Amino acid sequence: MSGINSSLARKYAMALSGLFLVVFLLQHFIINLTSVFSEEVFNEISHFMGNNPLVQFVLQPVLIFGVLFHFMMGFILDIKNRKARSQGYAQNNGAANSSWMSRNMILSGITILSFLVLHFIDFWFPEMNYKYVQILPEDPNRYFEEMVHKFENVIRVITYVISFFFLMLHLLHGFSSSFQSVGLNNKYTRGIKGFTLAFSIVVPAGFIFIAIFHHLNA
Amino acid sequence: MNLTLKIWRQANATSKGEMVTYPIENVSPDMSFLEMMDVLNEQLINKGIDPIAFDHDCREGICGMCSMYINGEAHGPDRLVTTCQLHMRKFKDGETITIEPFRANAFPVVKDLAVDRSAFDRIQHAGGFVSVNTSGNTQDANNIPINKHDADKAFDAATCIGCGACVASCKNASAMLFVSAKVSQYALLPQGKVEATDRVLNMVKQMDEEGFGNCTNTGACEVECPKGISLENIARMNREYLFATVKG
Repeated sequence: MSGINSSLARKYAMALSGLFLVVFLLQHFIINLTSVFSEEVFNEISHFMGNNPLVQFVLQPVLIFGVLFHFMMGFILDIKNRKARSQGYAQNNGAANSSWMSRNMILSGITILSFLVLHFIDFWFPEMNYKYVQILPEDPNRYFEEMVHKFENVIRVITYVISFFFLMLHLLHGFSSSFQSVGLNNKYTRGIKGFTLAFSIVVPAGFIFIAIFHHLNA
Repeated sequence: MNLTLKIWRQANATSKGEMVTYPIENVSPDMSFLEMMDVLNEQLINKGIDPIAFDHDCREGICGMCSMYINGEAHGPDRLVTTCQLHMRKFKDGETITIEPFRANAFPVVKDLAVDRSAFDRIQHAGGFVSVNTSGNTQDANNIPINKHDADKAFDAATCIGCGACVASCKNASAMLFVSAKVSQYALLPQGKVEATDRVLNMVKQMDEEGFGNCTNTGACEVECPKGISLENIARMNREYLFATVKG
């Protein structure tokens, strides 16, 4: 096991794909946030993102590949790591030396994956159906209403809130951890940890706020 | 102090082990944990029971031989000490103490609490050294100026005693703290730079072949390490490995 099959190469792969997804998350958050302030701006950006060929046919496939890669690699690593200790401890005090988030990344990851399935059913599949299956005429003003309509359902809002809470837990360990994985642990680490901590709380909390905001205004 | 000890008993590497409970009375709080184990073994021998096998050597916290997973932590609940430096005053009278061997497939149990940590030796053999001509022409190490910052960091890494607490504590049984300490202690010094590329590639390759898990940066190893080896070393190893892979 050397080169790209080595344990360290897998670590890099997890970290880099995770950082890529964080960048995507940020742009998704910024776009969603515009919906709180302006229906027009949200519609305009959504129309652009949904119809720009570069976004649709280059960035979107890259993103889907990134998501699948991160999840697949996560599962592979988890299976391999479990195999490294066939017999566990009768008593293990994990809380004495590590955070709950760091020990349960697979749990938070599976929750996020389940959420993504729901999210795709809610938004992505209908969108693909609208544009590429039924090929309906494009209405640049439909996005805001479609989104608000989804958040009328309180069960969906609760599901989203829970999912974003798990996203927060996942980011609280994963974001700063990815810098360590790619070899960044130096005088800037304290600053990086502060930034990743703030990001990991603010962005998922922001998503939660947006979901609740539209539910209450629906 | 009167204590109840729940100890892993396993006759040999192939037999199935189990937790066995032993009461022990009149334990002095000033005893080290291993002295308490000695007393228990003496009592077991007097009763005609096979004594509990456990690794130990210097009993000064520097050899890295003692192990034991005590109450769910490698080397017990105290920080920056090995089991031999752990004292019974850290426990309460009447407490039940669970004692298990370090668990990892790469550290198979030999008997009871003794595990085979020769995987670490094989990793060292793969690159944890500098090739030095010892035919009489050896240069005095002090002839090479090294800045204090690097020398201190290299020394900190070199304090790793290879006890395996990092592997035992890691939820993935990863050996990256150990390997990174051994990579770092040379990577930071000019003497080690000559073989730096081969060293990190070969040591990581051997580590993977031994069946250790992958690092997920939980930081448990750093907390439980009796020598306080920093996660900074793992980041350094990751950088070294990347550069070495690119360099070929």
